[in-house]
Amino acid sequence: MNIWLLFVLMAIGTYAWRLSFIYLFGKIELSERANRALHFVPPTVMLSLIFPSILRSQGTIDLSLDNPRFYAALVAGVVAYYTKNVLLTIAVGMGALFLIQGLF
Amino acid sequence: VIPFALIVGISAVGSGLSSVEGIGMSLVVFAGASQLAGLQLIAASASVVVIVFTVWVINVRFMLYSASLGVHFKDLPFPWKAGLAWLLTDQAYAVSIVEFENNPDNPHKKWFYLGACVVMWAVYILGTAVGVLVGAQIPESWSLDFAIPLTFIALAIPAIKHRADLVAGVLAGGITTFGVGLPYNLGLPLGVLVGIGVGMLLEGNQK
Repeated sequence: MNIWLLFVLMAIGTYAWRLSFIYLFGKIELSERANRALHFVPPTVMLSLIFPSILRSQGTIDLSLDNPRFYAALVAGVVAYYTKNVLLTIAVGMGALFLIQGLF
Repeated sequence: VIPFALIVGISAVGSGLSSVEGIGMSLVVFAGASQLAGLQLIAASASVVVIVFTVWVINVRFMLYSASLGVHFKDLPFPWKAGLAWLLTDQAYAVSIVEFENNPDNPHKKWFYLGACVVMWAVYILGTAVGVLVGAQIPESWSLDFAIPLTFIALAIPAIKHRADLVAGVLAGGITTFGVGLPYNLGLPLGVLVGIGVGMLLEGNQK
């Protein structure tokens, strides 16, 4: 598929969300149930992107304890928890991956 | 915004996009976290349906911002609403809503918001361009694709506040990981929907 068409498809839905209530305000309101469901979007989507890229980085599931990405991600998770700093988490995580891959 | 834009640019090159495509993606989609998700899925050759679904789901938060800003823009003519909505980002929202709540009667709200948006936009596009240039210089052996999950780790951990969030997230991540073999990589949307459903049930039981 044409990559530009793909970008446009991504953008259409994204723009629909952005415009939704700025345009509709006062005409419709979001239900309490919908609000509760939306609240679970960040943890579910993000962990769905994190898990496979750590556990299946070679194409097959790698649950073994010598998966370097697993340890690097763990270190990054600790940094994220204590600092909430995106750039620092990436820097430490990448550093940990290099170190582990270099050592073993 | 700057680190995010850089990572988007670097990851675009890392996912096999050309420089023009990388910058073009920021111009057309203009939503960092969802672009990273899209890039990761493009690199993994996921189906179009799954890529677009994931991007839309990540960006559903804009609907909440839109609802929150809608009160302040409700008397503007449609072209203004359409333009201001196009520029909506996490950061422009955060800056503006604080100002609007402190000064609800400010007559220049639209200009305040527009100013914040234009700065964010320029920084973001420039940052992507720099990232694309930097990314092209970095050898593949550096495993730069790992920067995407790391970014999501930094964003996900503060978003997990209750046990229900954790269970929902781990369930979604697990289903996605084991569901990679499903047709059209439907594991991800399935995981997200199951995670949200179980999370809501758990939360309901706690009340």
